[in-house]
Amino acid sequence: MPAQIFSSWGRVTPSLHEPLGLASRHQALPLPQVQSGVAATVLPYGNGRSYGDSNLNPGGALLLGRQLDRFISFDAATGVLSCEAGVLLEEIIKLALPQGWFLNVTPGTQYVTVGGAIANDVHGKNHHAVGSFGNHVLGFELLRSDGSRRWCSPDDEPALFAATIGGLGLTGLITWATVQLRRVANPLMDSETVKFRNLGEFFELSQASERDFEYTVSWIDCAFTGKRLGRGLFNRANHAPVVMDTGAVPKNLPSGVATGSLTVPITPPISLINTVSLKGFNTLYYNKQVPDAVRTLQHYRPFFYPLDALQQWNRIYGPKGFYQYQCVVPPAKAYSATQQLLETIARSGMGSFLAVLKQFGEPASRGLLSFPTPGTTLALDFPNTGPKLHRLFAELDRIVLDAGGRLYVGKDGRMSGAMFKAGYPRLNAFLPHVDPRFSSGWWRRVMEST
Amino acid sequence: MNKILIVGASSAIAEACARRWAQRGDMLFLAARGEAALKSIADDLKTRGANKVGHRVFDANAFDDHAALLREATAFMGGLDTVLIAHGTLTDQAKGQSDVAYALREVATNGTSVVSLMTLAGEQLAAQQRGTIAVISSVAGDRGRQSNYVYGSAKALVSAFASGQRQRLRKLGVNVMTIKPGFVDTPMTAAFKKGALWAKPDQVAKDIVGGIDAGRSIVYTPGFWRLIMLIIKHIPEFVFVKIAL
Repeated sequence: MPAQIFSSWGRVTPSLHEPLGLASRHQALPLPQVQSGVAATVLPYGNGRSYGDSNLNPGGALLLGRQLDRFISFDAATGVLSCEAGVLLEEIIKLALPQGWFLNVTPGTQYVTVGGAIANDVHGKNHHAVGSFGNHVLGFELLRSDGSRRWCSPDDEPALFAATIGGLGLTGLITWATVQLRRVANPLMDSETVKFRNLGEFFELSQASERDFEYTVSWIDCAFTGKRLGRGLFNRANHAPVVMDTGAVPKNLPSGVATGSLTVPITPPISLINTVSLKGFNTLYYNKQVPDAVRTLQHYRPFFYPLDALQQWNRIYGPKGFYQYQCVVPPAKAYSATQQLLETIARSGMGSFLAVLKQFGEPASRGLLSFPTPGTTLALDFPNTGPKLHRLFAELDRIVLDAGGRLYVGKDGRMSGAMFKAGYPRLNAFLPHVDPRFSSGWWRRVMEST
Repeated sequence: MNKILIVGASSAIAEACARRWAQRGDMLFLAARGEAALKSIADDLKTRGANKVGHRVFDANAFDDHAALLREATAFMGGLDTVLIAHGTLTDQAKGQSDVAYALREVATNGTSVVSLMTLAGEQLAAQQRGTIAVISSVAGDRGRQSNYVYGSAKALVSAFASGQRQRLRKLGVNVMTIKPGFVDTPMTAAFKKGALWAKPDQVAKDIVGGIDAGRSIVYTPGFWRLIMLIIKHIPEFVFVKIAL
């Protein structure tokens, strides 16, 4: 197939790749031609939701993972689902929810593939309770460039299993996987939103909520310095229990809105996110809720996937695209490091309204390069404004490094090799498992730079 | 619940239709060339909720096998309500316009094998006085064009045959629906550069499944192809011979 332009969700570095189709999970791994003695590399590309360059392989080939989209089996008695790696989480929910099952872990969008969820060991608002996606994977088949097919699970090929969870597609192609789902009584979430005025209140709320609420996450305001810094809304929730009295369910519960009926049709010439729009938005958003705490029954779609309601929302940042910065800092320095990060971002005036704060919990990640680890994670978007933004990122990196933290590779399009190596001490155990024909733009960047 | 036979079940359009039918709990019997693909499609459809899924390896150019396929599918499902005929190949026009054996084989795969299956299915459904034959023809069959007339002429045969059979069987309670997809983004067309006219298999499947439910005669999918082909069909021949289409 002729080369095509592929971009990641952040749209900063669209680049040419040779696409390689995957007609069936049974077929041999397609590999690009060897040209002038150099063997081009491949990388699995799922639904393109990684933000930076970890899902791109400029100048090489991409395996179109989304084409492997068949279910294999589902046992409605045990919740064990087997499917090809290109099936979207959305499709799993559509299949399983009417039968009383839901994903154990879901990220903030349902438009990611199972293969991508494993390769990034994605996490959700319930990390403190159940860990990340890889903790619920029973096994998967890995197709390597030497033609071998390896069944990996905690018991079979455990080292390759640990390397592939969070392994960023570098250990081979995941063709299909078996995952454990969890029971739910209905599609509803029993959700409560509580205002907090500063970072101290956030940590108090987090601590007080973790035992009784499976899901916790906060929106935090990074637009203002001074007294308003660190104010936000703390959301905590559980799956709703069986509702005996159907009269208790609001009749006009919105559910259809978050299915993606709206689309950003074009890329505006400039980013619509700037200091002026941001301060206004954040003040409105914070004050939208008048009482200190509001409890509601919410459909799972607006609860888990508020941004999925607006297809192609990444276009609002304009033609230059955007970066997302997501870090985690260990508990010992979480408060002071988060405070410094927020102050630095607020002073810069460059952040966006999507600042998310969450406490990761104890469940250990299985992947050698998994991102989640106990501590506080902060994520927010930045319109790509060039060199001054990279200077801000360098400042943030220093705060994260000093606190012993790390950055999320699935969101990254710019971290240095040194930053990566400092954050991921198990890198040396990972290296022997990298498939020699697999690579990515991100991988070359961090391994070849210092 | 409908009992549906799908010929060419591993084509992207057929598989997308089958998923829609599986979700509503229909019973399916799949025929295609490759055993491995059939097995994984059948597993997928069962998981998606199909009542029962059978499958069988089938070569459309083995004409002697056509009657046996219909018998087996009917026996497996305990009846037959709908037949979707979706098999086909993308003809290499450059080769087909000079290689007689290749051209005739392509016309057999895309044209006469379909006539054979429609004849057998038509008689069976006519005898029970209900049912639908849905056959995938193509906008390429509406007018022969220099870029794909070997394929187009085979599809023209299918469209004309379906038109006549529909007229005959409609009064017996059987519908024959002609499906005319435009450009569809499938593995068969992977090498083409895709523009705004290209549709996804699931959009086409939605039109096919909806068209069968509504008892329609001719379904252009996406619908704007009806207008495009109306224009192309009405270009006077003295102009048509001078342009490149």
